[in-house]
Amino acid sequence: MIGLQHYMVVSAILFVMGVLGIFINRKNVIIILMAIELILLSVNINLVAFSAFLGDLVGQVFSMFVLTVAAGEAAIGLAILVIYFRGRGTIAVDDVNRMKG
Amino acid sequence: MIHVIAFYLFAAIVVCSGALTILSRNPVHSVLWLILAFFNAAGLMVLLGAEFIAMLLVIVYVGAVAVLFLFVVMMLDIDFAELRAGFVDYLPFGLLIALVLLAEIVLGIGLWSAGPIELAQRAAPVNPEMSNIQAIGALLYTRYIFLFEAAGIVLLVAMIGAIVLTHRARGGVRPQNIAKQNRRRPEDAVRNVNQPVGQGVEL
Repeated sequence: MIGLQHYMVVSAILFVMGVLGIFINRKNVIIILMAIELILLSVNINLVAFSAFLGDLVGQVFSMFVLTVAAGEAAIGLAILVIYFRGRGTIAVDDVNRMKG
Repeated sequence: MIHVIAFYLFAAIVVCSGALTILSRNPVHSVLWLILAFFNAAGLMVLLGAEFIAMLLVIVYVGAVAVLFLFVVMMLDIDFAELRAGFVDYLPFGLLIALVLLAEIVLGIGLWSAGPIELAQRAAPVNPEMSNIQAIGALLYTRYIFLFEAAGIVLLVAMIGAIVLTHRARGGVRPQNIAKQNRRRPEDAVRNVNQPVGQGVEL
């Protein structure tokens, strides 16, 4: 029988894959954004799994808010990416030093 | 039995397509693998009995976010081969971090155990007589109405922010100025002359 821990393992693997994606695609912002989406997806799976197995709906409501924030984050991130590309002609993360922060 | 098979199918595909998302050479393929991962995660959520979140995943992630990614990948003319340089350099360190993280999480899951949870202690216990969508709606529009509206504001701010960031005023265009058109009176534009025959018109 499939228990809560099965879902947690899937979610953990997906989360780690997102972190790995950020590390190995250090130059490509688009893939980094996709890796962040993977991380948020794994968080959603975790929340929904706990919600289902504990019989508490709040996890699903919270998962909806995570989804909202993920959508907003993707929109803003890609907008920043587009204006960055317009100004510099590249999206390499290494070149992001204009503000000298 | 069918539940177990479905779980392993969805879980395997979601993990494989997640891996291919971050490993693909071509970002368009990455986006397509990401879409597959979202679909199979939605399948996992259907198995969990969370139909509403599953539908939301398909509509919001596949229908909006993934298409947005696809648009941006195709719109920007980027040399992706150059961006991929250093991939092999980062791989060992990334794998190390990932393995350490995975070991920690799996250890945590192995040690985790939930104590008995009383029904009264749940914030919103599942009502077996209600469907999932009905129950979420009843919860979302009553107890969590302010959070729901806050989520709406987050989306509004994201939308306005994205428009403000990417909007540019182009020079050299002559848009219609309706106020200026309406201000213009016939006296400014039209002149009646009684032109004598045989003389040229003076403009």
